Amino acid sequence: MKILVTNCKVFNSDKTSLYIEDDKFVNPFEIDDTVVVKDMKGNMVFPGFVDLHCHLREPGFEYKETIKTGTMSAAKGGYTSVCSMPNTFPVCDNASVVHGIMKKAKEAGFCRVYPVGACSKGEAGKELSEMGLMKEAGIVAVTDDGKCIATAELLRKVMEYSSDFGLLVMDHCEDASLSDGSMNESDTSTSIGLRGIPSVAEDIIIARDIIMSEYLGIPIHICHVSTKNGVRMIREAKKRGVKVTTETCPHYFTLNDENCVNYDSNFKMYPPLRENEDVNAIIEGLADGTIDCIATDHAPHHEDEKTIEFALANNGIVGLETAFPLGYTYLVKTNRITLNQLIDAMVYNPSSILKLGRGSLEVGADADFTVMDLDNEFVFDKSKMLCKSKNTPYDGYKLFGKTILTVMGGRITYEELC
Amino acid sequence: MGLKNKDLLGMKQLSAEEIMEILETAKTMKMVLTSGNKKTSHLQGKSVVTLFYENSTRTRLSFELASKYMGSASANISASGSSVSKGESLLDTVRTIDMMATDIVVMRHPQSGAPHFIAPYLNASVVNAGDGMNEHPTQALLDLFTMYERFDSFEGKNIAICGDLYHSRVVRSNTIGLTKLGAKVSVYGPRTMVPVGIEKMGARVASSVADAVKDADAVMGLRVQLERQHKSLFPSVAEYSSFYSITSDILALAKPEAFLMHPGPCNHGVELPTAVYDCDQSVINEQVTNGVAVRMAVLYMLMARRNSL
Repeated sequence: MKILVTNCKVFNSDKTSLYIEDDKFVNPFEIDDTVVVKDMKGNMVFPGFVDLHCHLREPGFEYKETIKTGTMSAAKGGYTSVCSMPNTFPVCDNASVVHGIMKKAKEAGFCRVYPVGACSKGEAGKELSEMGLMKEAGIVAVTDDGKCIATAELLRKVMEYSSDFGLLVMDHCEDASLSDGSMNESDTSTSIGLRGIPSVAEDIIIARDIIMSEYLGIPIHICHVSTKNGVRMIREAKKRGVKVTTETCPHYFTLNDENCVNYDSNFKMYPPLRENEDVNAIIEGLADGTIDCIATDHAPHHEDEKTIEFALANNGIVGLETAFPLGYTYLVKTNRITLNQLIDAMVYNPSSILKLGRGSLEVGADADFTVMDLDNEFVFDKSKMLCKSKNTPYDGYKLFGKTILTVMGGRITYEELC
Repeated sequence: MGLKNKDLLGMKQLSAEEIMEILETAKTMKMVLTSGNKKTSHLQGKSVVTLFYENSTRTRLSFELASKYMGSASANISASGSSVSKGESLLDTVRTIDMMATDIVVMRHPQSGAPHFIAPYLNASVVNAGDGMNEHPTQALLDLFTMYERFDSFEGKNIAICGDLYHSRVVRSNTIGLTKLGAKVSVYGPRTMVPVGIEKMGARVASSVADAVKDADAVMGLRVQLERQHKSLFPSVAEYSSFYSITSDILALAKPEAFLMHPGPCNHGVELPTAVYDCDQSVINEQVTNGVAVRMAVLYMLMARRNSL
């Protein structure tokens, strides 16, 4: 298939059109009647986004999300590559589950899916998983996400063993013994009577992981950082040369714990929404490069798991279809970071941290790209989301950065029908 | 004037004017209650359902009697013995109650925010009879009423509240209500039971039980919620009573006319020695009577609001 994308601005380039043949960008080709022409009306082409942290829920939780619906949602959000977390059922802790996920993703054809394997068997925090065999099957990193790597001893073994296979360890940093709560611990949790999870529950594990990484000389990736002290420690560690990388999520720079006062469980996540000063520290961390990536932590949950008492509701929100517009509207349009920095955080840095080789719009590269309307405000409508579960707090938000077109490997995976 | 909202979810949602109107109405209700004939027709032809997901003696019985004294049809269900024990969700349960033409649902629930969550789904008015660690507004209202019978005004009055602050919905509702009316609240408890940022709610965190009680106009003990202590927050009852109990020596530091309150049930010998519970300054038993009067006032005012719509 030949596609001509015309009348566009290409991110960081003078080009105004792109030629795609089969799955690659190519030199200008002869226009014939087989060419599909896409007039982008002056909108901007970006390399396809890369999410290094999402939950596609399959196998095991297909009532929340499937690989197909999750990747359709990813395509609508401008993503062409996503990394799926292993807390499925069964847990993605062996090669056959990895194969199954990759097969389903390929059949669906909406997005490249790079599975992340569990670092302990069953994510039980005890024995090492078969990381080598999973690496052969296609995993790009290991984690026990959803749970913190349980003990310092296990962390050490996981980091050492995974390094034999060049697999990065991604840690969900929360000290479980301090995390018996349903929102951030602050005067807000006290006022509304919810058990709080203190920011130090996260900070203590970030400190542990940095210390271990420095001691072993092995890289570590801190998942979804949400606290000001977490950002500070990562900044200091990077200055010392510790091989630590990190990500945050759009909810940690757009929302805070005061959003929980009406007990709406669409504001319940793990780590929890923090305080204003944390939100500012997250934005500063993105601005000065301390935080490398913006990930979604896309976490679909069924309505019945969310339309209940706050403390009993599941943690997490969906995020694939809101990440870019939130980043663009809340960070770029407010001049907190540049558009280049946003694309670094959503494409180049995640691709480079996990060595995915994504992000090129040059001739010869895989044709993975998305086109965004940066000029017109739109109202985000959760009923129009393509993901199966609709647990988002952003319904009705006015945002910039609507997806016009997404192409993955030369195949149109999403197109806005105007 | 009346109440602004369909539901009574907490002291947070009430203005100072609404609180004072409830207290004034409760005065009338107490006269009814203590007269020979307790029957009124304020709730005639109406229905009140109490739905309790936690155990209760005072709150539940006082709501039931309050509604019956005022002539309503009333019914009680509890989590055990209802379809809740078959796994029915909270929302389905309260919608079922609502569909039986219920006017007021009085709910106690172990989860903070449970009444706030259900209220928008119901035609009935929801009264929060205690939600987790959040609020217990009718307890605060009866406490305020008990004080109001003894004070002309709350302005500048010192109220000491001591005990398990972390788990207490009573301290939260009282602090909010008292602060709205101009009183000063001092709180004290073991540091492991002092929730982060409670001073932002308007309370002063005292340095000792003596510091909290000194020059107080009223002293309130809080129950140590042994059923909510799923983690050890103090070493032993002996240790607690040695350092945190409101003893007669401590109570003597309050103003001479000060009185002692406790929401009950009391762990005798833990938060208060039995002798203090029964002392002349104790108004703990009167609080129980006032609980019925205040709940009559609340039910009456919510129903008046419904009737006026």
